[in-house]
Amino acid sequence: MTDRAFTSASFYQFLDEHKLMGTRCKACGALHLPPRPICTACHGEEMEWQAMPQRGKLAAFTTVHIAPTAMIEAGYGRDNPYCAGIVQLEGGPAVSAQILGVDATHPEQIAVGTPLHVAFVERGGGEEKHTYLAFEPDED
Amino acid sequence: MSNKLNRGAAIVGAGMSKFGAFPELTTRDLFVQAFREMRASVDKGFDPRDIEALYIGNFSSDLFEGQGHTAPIMADWVGLTPRPATRVEDACASSGVALRQGLIAIAAGLYDIVLVGGIEKMTNLPTERVTDTLATAGDTLYEIPAGFTFPGFYAAMATSYMDRYGATPETFMQVGLKNHENGALNDKAQFGASIRQVMAQKVARAQAKGRPVPTWADEMDFLHDDRANPVIAWPMRLFDCSPISDGAAAVLLVAEEMAKSYTDDPIYVTGSGQASDAGLHDRPDLTSIGAARFAGQRAYEMAGVRPDDIKVAEVHDCFTIAEIMAIEDLGFFPAGRGYRAAEEGLTARTGSKPVNTSGGLKSKGHPVGASGAGQVIEIWKQMRSEAGARQVSGDVDLALTHNVGGTGQTCVVHIYERR
Repeated sequence: MTDRAFTSASFYQFLDEHKLMGTRCKACGALHLPPRPICTACHGEEMEWQAMPQRGKLAAFTTVHIAPTAMIEAGYGRDNPYCAGIVQLEGGPAVSAQILGVDATHPEQIAVGTPLHVAFVERGGGEEKHTYLAFEPDED
Repeated sequence: MSNKLNRGAAIVGAGMSKFGAFPELTTRDLFVQAFREMRASVDKGFDPRDIEALYIGNFSSDLFEGQGHTAPIMADWVGLTPRPATRVEDACASSGVALRQGLIAIAAGLYDIVLVGGIEKMTNLPTERVTDTLATAGDTLYEIPAGFTFPGFYAAMATSYMDRYGATPETFMQVGLKNHENGALNDKAQFGASIRQVMAQKVARAQAKGRPVPTWADEMDFLHDDRANPVIAWPMRLFDCSPISDGAAAVLLVAEEMAKSYTDDPIYVTGSGQASDAGLHDRPDLTSIGAARFAGQRAYEMAGVRPDDIKVAEVHDCFTIAEIMAIEDLGFFPAGRGYRAAEEGLTARTGSKPVNTSGGLKSKGHPVGASGAGQVIEIWKQMRSEAGARQVSGDVDLALTHNVGGTGQTCVVHIYERR
């Protein structure tokens, strides 16, 4: 598991295994999500895979009514919006993800700062079926 | 880095096509229109054969029109082969960056006369494929799979801004109202209508078709109507978003010492700054575009001026929130105060800091690769007192353009001086 190349292909392989993995710079300890092969903090080139925090907070979001083709194919659209957001992980980097478990038809009720945890969402069919990163609100 | 130009440059001609949806026109037709208007604008005339090189901003003719390698086609269509023609691509900042490339070439002494252009033809595709194509300006590996669209990215920035500063969706609507007021006075604008005029058009259309006639108390009532102004990506509604557009613009840039042989009233480009940034989720602050702050600082430093000195600015209002962030990032207003400035009318044509007198991308249109060069046309007109009904009062001796690519992975700022 830990000798995979620091590429997007590896990141998505991990997601298929329901693991959220980033990289850690061996020189300065900076965490990178998405995984990076070169540290943007110190330019170190020695990286290792690092499991990312599973929890975070909603930093920014939107509910999308005019959807791209991939999301239309997943059943979303003008009358069935979805929520996309940026999640600030606890003690880690921030990441873009679909936000599940919120009412996208009432965006004014979705709050920046909402505590979230990692989830995974399958989209596409057959050969095109892939796992994508998602988050959902913690249970009360 | 000296952050100085070894040789100055000036704009001596500028022209644009009308921006809008033109089913019968291709990119090259639109570019020819812009070229002809640019040529006619050169006060003392010029021989097109004097042009030595072309820098053409274009985001994605490949996906929009199925046509790549557009720069030599533009050179050919205006009779300028075999001169070097280079396509410049930095998403929606493509032609702002093309201007910078022309400036650098002249400063280097390689050329004396360059043609800077911008082109885009977006309306051939249905909306969802335009959405897909624009999304390629984001990170297709790590951002787009989350479901982000371009309206969605800026909408997310808007939620962060609202959360931090207490702005509301109504705040953003003020930007759209203002830019439509300005665009109504611009015959090149895609939406040459104020919001009130748009409302009247909808009423007239309903009456003509015998449909129920909509009634709205005022503009804000109209902008809150989910049917008339649907949510695209909350809190961005239709009238918060720039349209899908076709268009082209062309600017003639010459070495400073030659400018007076083309016109007695050249516009000098005295400041230029450009910056790059990571994707949105990798930025420390989602309420500001860091690349705009960096590019702006470089441009101010090069020109030796301060934000308060700028009389008129064309900023990249691809979405209404983007204009609020722009006027803060450029130092016109402190962080968190831009939305109040918009509400108080300070950025109106008659305000203390007129912004987007052309109507901005919102009303004038946003043919993405042409938008940066299109901004220059408005600055050219305002500085030379040729902006007609939308001319601002007073001496416009210093002006600025701010052109953003993607969510702010690119920003390019230019400062213009009239002597």
